[in-house]
Amino acid sequence: MVFSLFNYWVVIVLMMAGFYTVIASGNLVKKIVGLNIFQTSVFIMYISVGKVIGGTAPIVAANTELYSNPLPHVLILTAIVVGVATTALGLSLIMRIRQAYGTVEESEILDISTREDEAG
Amino acid sequence: MLSMTAIAVVRLRSLFGVVMLFGIYSLLSALIFVVLDAIDVAFTEAAVGAGVSTVFMLATLVSTGREEKPSRYSPLLPLGVVVVTGAALVWGTLDMPHFGDPGNPVHVHVADRYVQVSPTEVGIPNMVTSVLASYRGYDTMGEVIVIFTALVGVLSLLTIRGHVTVPRHRTTGPDSRPYPVLQVMAMLLIPFILVFALYVQFHGDFGPGGGFQAGVIFASAIILYALTFGLNDAVALVPVWLIRVLAAAGVLIYGGTGVVSMLRGANYLDYDVLAHDPVHGQHYGILIIELGVGITVATVMIGIFFAFVSRAEGSR
Repeated sequence: MVFSLFNYWVVIVLMMAGFYTVIASGNLVKKIVGLNIFQTSVFIMYISVGKVIGGTAPIVAANTELYSNPLPHVLILTAIVVGVATTALGLSLIMRIRQAYGTVEESEILDISTREDEAG
Repeated sequence: MLSMTAIAVVRLRSLFGVVMLFGIYSLLSALIFVVLDAIDVAFTEAAVGAGVSTVFMLATLVSTGREEKPSRYSPLLPLGVVVVTGAALVWGTLDMPHFGDPGNPVHVHVADRYVQVSPTEVGIPNMVTSVLASYRGYDTMGEVIVIFTALVGVLSLLTIRGHVTVPRHRTTGPDSRPYPVLQVMAMLLIPFILVFALYVQFHGDFGPGGGFQAGVIFASAIILYALTFGLNDAVALVPVWLIRVLAAAGVLIYGGTGVVSMLRGANYLDYDVLAHDPVHGQHYGILIIELGVGITVATVMIGIFFAFVSRAEGSR
């Protein structure tokens, strides 16, 4: 069964897309978006691991015996909300960086800080 | 489709477009979660990813500019690193358990007990809620504290300056209602969003929902109000001191519940002793701590949004 591993491959494609954005992009806001994509790929991995074929959502219902695993759902549910909180913290750091340097491009920030170091 | 959207996000240089696509991406991943039976998770992702985090990113773009400059380095090196890492990971998946098999390692340890025993032991049908609030109550408390800490961090980096500037649309005569269509629509929608948030909050034991989702939905109603009526009116509605007090109060309710159960002679966050009957005790405990979670999440989201918008308005 080739397709029984398909979920992992989708996760890897997403994860690498996020990874590429983080290391290749110089813009700090886009780096945060890349981190978020990376994060979502981990979410999808957990949830897909918890799925049982033929199972239903883990809420007790009549005539149902097989449920998907509730544990990954719990972990990811809280992780999503924590993720948005940490994203907000990152974005507010970016706002302060913009205030201090006038730019959010990594290379320009490096230039400015090297110049400041040389000056004094 | 999800991968395609992700790659478009990577390629696009206009940051406004990136953020919008990211919202679509979140909505698509919420759909995938529904297909994979994770209804609670899909609920959260749709509210958080497609709603609140998109708004946060847009608020950041207002003060940081909308275009990305081309990088001075060649993209080939990072691309190579990514391809090699990806190939190694794909090779690793060949040993992974197959999709959807009930005999997979994740399903054989504690999950069995959650599925078999939790409906009678905790007494509520939604297993996700009972695992979240009861079996893994410590874990969830940690998460709530992390969220609270994020609010503290954001507020120490950016200050909320809502009440300093004079409300713009009140001072000028004919422009007193700058966006009448939007404001009327928002006035119609906001009560329903608030009622829905309360439903999600208190019905989380039986159906999908709970404190995390309800908090985000509640916050999105206030954020909608702030977007259409201006930050000053929203800060007048939900003052900053109230946000600080309530965000801390939510964490206190959660932790206090644990202390109460300890005072009654059980372990920390063991709700069995909160009522005469253990199942009732579990029910009360879950209801109370979900309330704490909801209060903290809602006020943290509102507080972060206010901080972002007042910064963005100040930078203009």
